[in-house]
Amino acid sequence: MTNSTTTERVTTIPYRSRRRRECRFCKEHVDFIDYKDVKTLMDFIPERGKILPRRLSGVCAPHQRMLARAIKRARNMALIPYVLD
Amino acid sequence: MRNYELLFIISPQVADHEVDGVIEQVKNHLTDLGTTITKVENLGRRKLAYEINHFQEGTYALIQFQSQGAEISELERRLRVMDHVLRYLTVRLDRDLRRMARMKRKRERRRGEHAQAGSPKEQRERKSGERKN
Repeated sequence: MTNSTTTERVTTIPYRSRRRRECRFCKEHVDFIDYKDVKTLMDFIPERGKILPRRLSGVCAPHQRMLARAIKRARNMALIPYVLD
Repeated sequence: MRNYELLFIISPQVADHEVDGVIEQVKNHLTDLGTTITKVENLGRRKLAYEINHFQEGTYALIQFQSQGAEISELERRLRVMDHVLRYLTVRLDRDLRRMARMKRKRERRRGEHAQAGSPKEQRERKSGERKN
């Protein structure tokens, strides 16, 4: 970094410390994400109702795939909204 | 035989004491099609995340069953015809259950290895021995 302003910007990333944490589902040894488990799924639905990308949530690729499928199933069954405003 | 799970939403126009009747109807369809029901659960009335047919809430019911797979399309056709069923979702479970069991076995094996792990050299030797067998 050549000047102090850029350094400051980089260190204040809003979401989480930049250290990679272990995927939440891996840590808890979750092998299957149930689409009926609304409480867990809603942790990955930000205000707009979209699926939280894994670059923000830190979820590993296999679990993100499971999660995305579960969310889509839950949406279809009106357990989770398609859009939030 | 494959394991399936059927989740469906019953219209709020159906009174709570009549819900079991609707579930019974669906169960009859399932047995009629030659499937084996393993679990039935009334998940109760719940607010819908969005309106379906102008309804704000509905009663969720869950049925798990075993089927060959070919009956599913007929089952879904019959559900579509039922006026009291707002929405349904059939999900195949056995693949996921198998994968779950596999992951669990893997984890336990790894834990076992950790517990009786000797020096790194011993571990390497044990692994290469396993490969030969």
